[in-house]
Amino acid sequence: MKHTVVALMEDRPGVLNRAVSLFRRRGFNIESLTVGHTEVPRVSRMTVVVEGTANIVEQVAKQLYKIVDVIKVSDVTQDPTVVRELALIKVSTTTATRAEVMQIVDIYRAKIVDVAPDSLIVEVTGPEEKVDSLVSLLRRYGIKEMVRTGRVAMVRGAAKAATTIEAKE
Amino acid sequence: MAVSKPVAVGPIEAPEGKKLSGAQILCECLLKEGVEVIFGIPGGATLPLYHALYEYPIRHILVRHEQGAAHAADGYARATGRPGVCFATSGPGATNLTSGIANACLDSSPVVAITGQVATPLIGKDAFQEVDITGITQPITKHNYLVTRVEDLAPVVKEAFYLATTGRPGPVLIDIPRDVQTAKTNFGYPKGIRLPGYKPTLLGHQRQIRQAAALIGEAERPVILAGHGVIISGAFADLRELAEKGDIPVITTLLGISSFPESHRLSFGIPHTICSVYANTAVNESDLLIAIGMRFDDRATGKTSHFAPKARVIHIDIDPAEIGKNVRVDVPIVGDVKNVLMSLNKEIALAKHTEWVEQINRWREQFPLTIDTETDVLLPQYVVQQIYGVTEGKATIVTDVGQNQMWAAQYYCYDRPTVSSPLGGLGTMGFSLPAAMGAKVGRPDELIWAIAGDGGFQMNIQELATVVQDKIPVKVAILNNGYLGMIRQWQQLFFERRYLGSPLSGPDFARVAEAYGAAGFRVTTKEEVRPTLIKAMEYDGPAIVDFWVAREENVYPMIPPGAAAIEMIHGPQK
Ligand SMILES: Cc1ncc(C[n+]2csc(CCOP(=O)(O)OP(=O)(O)O)c2C)c(N)n1
Repeated sequence: MKHTVVALMEDRPGVLNRAVSLFRRRGFNIESLTVGHTEVPRVSRMTVVVEGTANIVEQVAKQLYKIVDVIKVSDVTQDPTVVRELALIKVSTTTATRAEVMQIVDIYRAKIVDVAPDSLIVEVTGPEEKVDSLVSLLRRYGIKEMVRTGRVAMVRGAAKAATTIEAKE
Repeated sequence: MAVSKPVAVGPIEAPEGKKLSGAQILCECLLKEGVEVIFGIPGGATLPLYHALYEYPIRHILVRHEQGAAHAADGYARATGRPGVCFATSGPGATNLTSGIANACLDSSPVVAITGQVATPLIGKDAFQEVDITGITQPITKHNYLVTRVEDLAPVVKEAFYLATTGRPGPVLIDIPRDVQTAKTNFGYPKGIRLPGYKPTLLGHQRQIRQAAALIGEAERPVILAGHGVIISGAFADLRELAEKGDIPVITTLLGISSFPESHRLSFGIPHTICSVYANTAVNESDLLIAIGMRFDDRATGKTSHFAPKARVIHIDIDPAEIGKNVRVDVPIVGDVKNVLMSLNKEIALAKHTEWVEQINRWREQFPLTIDTETDVLLPQYVVQQIYGVTEGKATIVTDVGQNQMWAAQYYCYDRPTVSSPLGGLGTMGFSLPAAMGAKVGRPDELIWAIAGDGGFQMNIQELATVVQDKIPVKVAILNNGYLGMIRQWQQLFFERRYLGSPLSGPDFARVAEAYGAAGFRVTTKEEVRPTLIKAMEYDGPAIVDFWVAREENVYPMIPPGAAAIEMIHGPQK
């Protein structure tokens, strides 16, 4: 099963490197990983999608906690969350196909952010499944280049990431 | 002969608030942390540090290889419970530390390693003697730092010592560029630290403790597995209280040796790939394992799927990541061993497990650890027994890795707290001499015997020069079998006796010792063992005894690779 794990960490040198090499060394199967600033200065938020059993996720959390700069780890998989990913997709187009592509983009509420004679850049945001399905539709026109950010997640409502994994019990 | 450090120049005024160089700040911080000795080798990138250290009342011991410095700091830390400090220069000096740092990391030993780095403008430019030592040591330290501003230095040192010694201890490395060592700033030692992500749990959870007590109350065949954590937290008396109150047999891990008196009626040896049958059998038959400050290392468990199949498991450890990592656990308790045991002891009732204890005693009689006393051959086990006899069990034993380590575990009877400093997790050959040196420096009144193989001894033999120059009177017993013995044993039992790479020639160790300025002895017969041990101990300085032991003696019982603990191989019945 896929788990979404959110970790808050002090923004100090090497902390991302530590997290990444921990995943590699312990052999955790990481599907995506994103990091960025948060509302608190000097605190970064990492969202990791990890494939594995509950036991594995528990180990991921415990090992993350061993990194001195990691403040809090939560598994938000079971929480009501808003989950988003952003992708930029450069699609080949011809005069014949351009309109078709634009129509698809429209249906997905995606955006065209760049137009060139033989290609378009499409920007799409949403849960991974939405991005996946748009990508598969665009594939037949020829995808010249693509970049995806990986998943970010936030728990709905007033609660912050609710299910903190208590490594510190 | 050169003396490594001039006599201390009286107490230094703590010039808080005055402008000091980074090098001076480091020394001030080390004083504040109570550091009395540093093991190291200088180099271009640490010369400003040495320049400053000259004026401080901190002893510097010049080792002959930086690996020796890290092991010595580790040995010092294990013997004293205080952090051990080592210095190395940038580049090769720093990389030479790494085996010692990794060793300290796997064995939770509080070592603070300080390395010089090229000046900040040169970092990342492949400058002369530049290596990314924080990158290299990231997976083998508890934490590490590259200090890029002199203002950060004091807080970093404060944090480093705090991290090294609290929670689950471990090595911390501080990399200090040369220009940070010479830059000046106001010095004041920070009072506190700010580490929002680091809050080791010290007290066990009461509910869990009560659950554990309930399991202990129900158990019919309980076994305590005591590990290094008992020693680190100084919970000797509490462990003993638990065992005696609950009438529970105690088995120690290799690193847990000396956490419980081995002559105690409830002491039953060590479960290990190579060790006592009755300990492994007891674990296998047990219905409740109480694992205390240990991490279910694969060497202790054998194949985990077959480990203790009938037992429920209580696991007490300060490191939450250890719980559930290798074996499933019924009652986890995160906390400092001493605190947890103090609470647990209040919850449990007096109990008797007479039949169970007798059963293990019968196994002990059935599979005893015995040696052939009739033979004229000089057996390594006999040498260890004699060391025990001559020292009356009052020495601290520091072992190397290999057969020598297993015999030292089996045939010396460890009755006092922390009288054993074996290495565990990494099994680094060459540990014993420098670690014994560090232990002796930390506890000058303690009798320290290193026990090594002829292979491992040659890996850090150069530290003989250090113990002579700095007058560190360690005693070393080399169990010289002319082989990388443990390797030969495996080749004999599992690789068709293809002895490639295991036969080993060495120098005449007694003469080498003498050439270095230490006392050297060679022993080839049983009769010589005792008198020579006495001579070595009476000698006022470092002494090396080269025991020419039976070349193809094996350690038994042992668990074959990948097998379950219960499938161990027994030695030929004598
Ligand atoms: C640095 C290092 N290299 C290799 C090994 C693998 N190894 C484990 S035991 C051993 C043999 C040790 O031989 P010796 O020191 O003579 O001790 P003995 O087993 O004969 O007592 C070796 C090579 C190791 N543990 N450490």
